[in-house]
Amino acid sequence: MSDRQAATYSNYLIYSSMIVFTLAFFLYAFSVAWQKKSESRTSNFANGQMVLGFVLLTAGVVLRGVSAHRVPWGNMYEFSITGAMAFCGAFLFANFKYKLNWLGLPVSIAILLTLGTAITLLYRPSAPLVPALRSTWLVIHVSAAIISGGVFLLANTIAATYLILDKYERTSGRPDWAKRIPALETLDLLCYRLVAFVFPLWTFAVIAGAIWAEAAWGRYWGWDPKETWAFITWVAYAAYLHARLTVGWKGRKAAWLCLLAGSTFLFNYVYVNVWGSGKHTYSGL
Amino acid sequence: MKKGNSNELEQSAFFRWLWRQLTSMRIALILLLLLAIASIPGSIFPQRTQNPIRVQSFLTENPGVGKFLDRLGFFDVYGSAWFSAIYLLLFISLVGCVLPRALVHLKESFAAPTLVPRYLNKMSHYQKISDTNLTLLEKNLRRKRYRIRIEPAALSAEKGYLRETGNLIFHLSLVVILVAIAMGALYGNKGDVILNTGDKFVNVPTSYDNLSFGRFQNENSLPSFKLTINEFRAKYDPANNQPLDYLLKANLDQNGSSNSVEIKVNQPLTIGSTKIYLQANGYAPIVLVKDKAGKEIFNGAVNFLPQDANLTSIGAIKIPDMNPQIGFVSSFLPTADRDPVRGGFSSYPEVLDPRLLISVWQGDLGMNTGVPQSVYRINTSQMQQIGLKALSVNESYDFGVGTITFTGWKPWVNLQIVNDPGKSLALIGAILATIGLLMSLFIRQRRIWVKKIEGGIEIAGLSKNEIPGLAEEISELINQSNLSSANLSKNRKLRRQ
Ligand code: HEM
Repeated sequence: MSDRQAATYSNYLIYSSMIVFTLAFFLYAFSVAWQKKSESRTSNFANGQMVLGFVLLTAGVVLRGVSAHRVPWGNMYEFSITGAMAFCGAFLFANFKYKLNWLGLPVSIAILLTLGTAITLLYRPSAPLVPALRSTWLVIHVSAAIISGGVFLLANTIAATYLILDKYERTSGRPDWAKRIPALETLDLLCYRLVAFVFPLWTFAVIAGAIWAEAAWGRYWGWDPKETWAFITWVAYAAYLHARLTVGWKGRKAAWLCLLAGSTFLFNYVYVNVWGSGKHTYSGL
Repeated sequence: MKKGNSNELEQSAFFRWLWRQLTSMRIALILLLLLAIASIPGSIFPQRTQNPIRVQSFLTENPGVGKFLDRLGFFDVYGSAWFSAIYLLLFISLVGCVLPRALVHLKESFAAPTLVPRYLNKMSHYQKISDTNLTLLEKNLRRKRYRIRIEPAALSAEKGYLRETGNLIFHLSLVVILVAIAMGALYGNKGDVILNTGDKFVNVPTSYDNLSFGRFQNENSLPSFKLTINEFRAKYDPANNQPLDYLLKANLDQNGSSNSVEIKVNQPLTIGSTKIYLQANGYAPIVLVKDKAGKEIFNGAVNFLPQDANLTSIGAIKIPDMNPQIGFVSSFLPTADRDPVRGGFSSYPEVLDPRLLISVWQGDLGMNTGVPQSVYRINTSQMQQIGLKALSVNESYDFGVGTITFTGWKPWVNLQIVNDPGKSLALIGAILATIGLLMSLFIRQRRIWVKKIEGGIEIAGLSKNEIPGLAEEISELINQSNLSSANLSKNRKLRRQ
């Protein structure tokens, strides 16, 4: 298989995964809207589609890497498809462990939006990396960052669900479609467990980034916009953990803080990559 | 007399109150959020430490607001008084919070678990069981490596002390990182130099184009070594002109021995605590300038400044030794191409079809006015243009009062030479922080209490931070200890009511 072929197949795989995710989205929507039981046949089928979508997407990401002879995260397009893959994987894992079928709907929407933006706005033909990006630390740094991002997004989805349901419960009570979503306390705890689980990974991602920056640019920390926002995200999640653990914030306030911390991560990804200046815009040497 | 005493009392009470506030978790949370918010402006406004030129142009474009922001430190956020105040307060709070906890933890680590609470039925995971075999229960708890305190007809067991140890390690290693950063700022130095192939670099302050010392460093703190640049190679991808690889080969003379070394983009050269990084590269065309009589006036390489990814470069060749002075405002195109709008430009970063475009100026170069001049530009306000030419290699041009010959080119490299003695300490701090964090978030600290009552025992437990798993652990313990759990469900129901 030539590099060009690999790149083309990668694109086909990503289109196919989008079709499958769309199907999963409709199935989840159907099961949320019309079915009473959480473990319905429809939602099981939808879960199966999610797994298939994940496999197709992973194959697409891998082929993209094969076509460029490197890890597939050299530009925004590749970050996005790999990020969507991590997000989907985080959901599949959490669903397997905690039975979260109801989350499938927001998760499939988020994946479709990410992939849609990637193929329409961010697409770049496959090409090798500029020298500054070619390092083992890049692989470690970016894979840790992407996995953290996937779990942060999942925690944000849960925090947002919490806030919406909380609003319903304080006014008219839960609508029918939301009856099967677990109790608010469960969501709150789940959100905390996810953040507590990835916070060390994110810490490690930032440290690996610093080690790489030291090797490439001669300083481990330079307050470059990307570094600054990674730091802000880190501090914001540390604040969330403190608020939960030591100040005893639970529920609404904690959910808002979690959303805030998650948005700093998204902001870093979008703003700094697209409009920002600094060394992380990958202009090379 | 009396009054003074009460004043003192009030004062010390006030300070104690202040200290309690500062080390309270609420203030720690506020300071953390403040630190996040205070970091934001540094990513919006240009920063002196990174890009002084952009700060200058921001100030000229927005004179009013710019001056105001400058006074508030918005162009040096991370060195500003308010940013420093936030993180220093945070760290004072951290030490004030964590040190006492460390002492308590140290004591607890060698002491027996806490006393059994008086009313177990108020605790979580509470169960009543109709069997009474405390000894077997104790044995099983010991096998699970619980630490146990025996009381009359009761026992208290605890496990997972390392969670708190991890938490303390994490917080204290943040202090280590802060100290490491300070060490770098006080005892480090950082400089830049541009070198051509063939150049020798001796590590003394005068060899640098740019050099800054930490507060406690000076000229004599530079380690002695000599670096000779032998070869620089850049490889590009013909498909998209992107750089593929850079390699610098050099000779390092140090302590009387000489070694050949290589420097790449992600592989700096390490000399003790000093590291040398390859930061940028460009071309230096070589020219030979003769006067009308054919006497050689200038012969050498002149560094040009790259303007784009294809290394279209601009530069200034200044000949102050001719009378009147001559200056060549020039561009170097490694692979020449033409465009009706842009004129001459380079279409590939490697030297395939080089051209030197020169515009010849005669007059006063203004080099003795005392105003610092850019080496890449010529101020032509006191000069007049006397010629214009595009030269291929080995081509000469006669500009009336002399000739210029474009004889070849050399690559130059920009080396960054950095000494940060705090670096390894920062790395140690970062590793410790990660380990501590993993310990504190994944080790489950929990207590189990058992009490004899009439006709059976009570059992209850507490899991720090509501980490799940204790309920399963207690049921397992009950099963292993052959305790009947027949009335378990009844008790659960009872509790709910
Ligand atoms: C540099 C700023 C700080 C950061 C990044 C930070 C980060 C964290 C993190 C991530 C945790 C969760 C780990 C765990 O569950 O044990 C934590 C816990 C904790 N932090 Fe901090 N912290 C900071 C400053 C402080 C300060 C100033 C205090 C005291 C006033 C403090 C006291 C605590 C305590 C007591 C816990 C343990 C909570 C518990 O497990 O019960 N921290 N911190």
